[in-house]
Amino acid sequence: MVAGFALAALVAIPLGFVIGMSRVLYAALDPFIQVLKPISPLAWMPLALFTLKDSSISAIFVIFVCSIWPMLINTAFGVASVRREWLDVSRTLEVGALRKAFLVILPAAAPTIMTGMRISIGIAWLVIVAAEMLVGGTGIGYFVWNEWNNLSITNILTAILLIGLVGMLLDLGFARLQRLVTYRD
Amino acid sequence: MSEPQRNGTEHLGKPARAFLQVEGLKKAFPAAGGKADTVIFDDVNFEIDRGEFVCIIGHSGCGKTTILNVLAGLEHATSGHAFIDGRSIEGPSLDRGVVFQSHALMPWMSVRGNIGFAVRSRYPEWSRAQVDVHVQRFIDMVHLSGSESKKPAQLSCGMKQRVGIARAFSIQPKMLLLDEPFGALDALTRGSIQDELVGIVRETRQTVFMITHDVDEAILLADRIFLMSNGPGAVIAEIIENPLPRTRTRATLHRESAYYAIRNHLIDFLVNRSSGYAARAQAGKWTPLTVRPGDTPTTL
Repeated sequence: MVAGFALAALVAIPLGFVIGMSRVLYAALDPFIQVLKPISPLAWMPLALFTLKDSSISAIFVIFVCSIWPMLINTAFGVASVRREWLDVSRTLEVGALRKAFLVILPAAAPTIMTGMRISIGIAWLVIVAAEMLVGGTGIGYFVWNEWNNLSITNILTAILLIGLVGMLLDLGFARLQRLVTYRD
Repeated sequence: MSEPQRNGTEHLGKPARAFLQVEGLKKAFPAAGGKADTVIFDDVNFEIDRGEFVCIIGHSGCGKTTILNVLAGLEHATSGHAFIDGRSIEGPSLDRGVVFQSHALMPWMSVRGNIGFAVRSRYPEWSRAQVDVHVQRFIDMVHLSGSESKKPAQLSCGMKQRVGIARAFSIQPKMLLLDEPFGALDALTRGSIQDELVGIVRETRQTVFMITHDVDEAILLADRIFLMSNGPGAVIAEIIENPLPRTRTRATLHRESAYYAIRNHLIDFLVNRSSGYAARAQAGKWTPLTVRPGDTPTTL
């Protein structure tokens, strides 16, 4: 799961940055994003198993696909709505493109990007449990399904509670990160 | 090389160009449906000398901010040219420091960070220590010592604008452009920052172009005051030369003998005479009147 999420962040944030900066690119890619976004990540599973021929890599791919969209859309939105006056200041100071990206646009858009990551991690956690049930072999999702086959309701309830707790901790972690990058205006 | 070096401008045999020269500046927006374009201002010409403080006054919508943005390089004029130090203004540059109306500080950076960001942009080759010393000098200049590590959200409006001024001065530009910097401040804060600005400008001999709505502010700060007529089709209607001595201060301003003559002249312009220039300007090339209230009796 970590690999899938990290990979999604690695692709979504730079790509969202570029899309947010260019109105043309935004208009060009938006229809594709809108079509791909509502596809249930699990619908990719058979295709992933067929092409990748490896269940754990397929799981990574599914996590990647489900967590990329909120991050991509939020990054693009955050970058596109950086205040004009901050950009004007950097223009009058002749700030270079790279310095502008990292010292002005990134911190300005960071709270929005973090919100996207927080939504993504929530979805990724939902999907991983379902994917593990499908793929089998490892993980808490597989455990729940296995215990269902064993008819061990106690273990299932414990696992469900655990899933909830982990989800909460993940969200809390990202909430803390979000607070770190949020600025008061 | 036996011939003594001569002044470059003398050599060319034509008069020296002013430090800032604006020629035939025009801004128009295309109108929908094949109608005539909306001309905000047209045929704006003026010159500013090095070390001069110029204020521009006019009603909202006459294009003051557009002129300032053109000088800053942030906006393009429809036609006309602006030259600074003999070079055409094509885009934003570190030559010109801008103080924005809305202070435009980066909220995630401290006071030191905001000014440091500008200083490092201007002098990328400087070491950290050099930058720190330079930043501190300008923080002290606007009397913000002790607030170096505060974020803009922790500062009052007046302090934020002081940081904005310090940031603009810290890059030591050839010219400073101020877009109504004190518009959002209360009268008391405005007064004290005006005093600071007077002090800093006199000390640094900075060339300044400033937009204001405040007549007293213009009289206190400016060597010359440009009066713009109402838009659309605005022009610089009059150029007022400030006859008051440069040693004037806010406390003694109202005791200067010529003060009321200027003040009345400005207010009379804004209230009664600022409209109706568009038609006159359209009739031919418009040259602004140069007025020196107080010297000659005005028709008031």
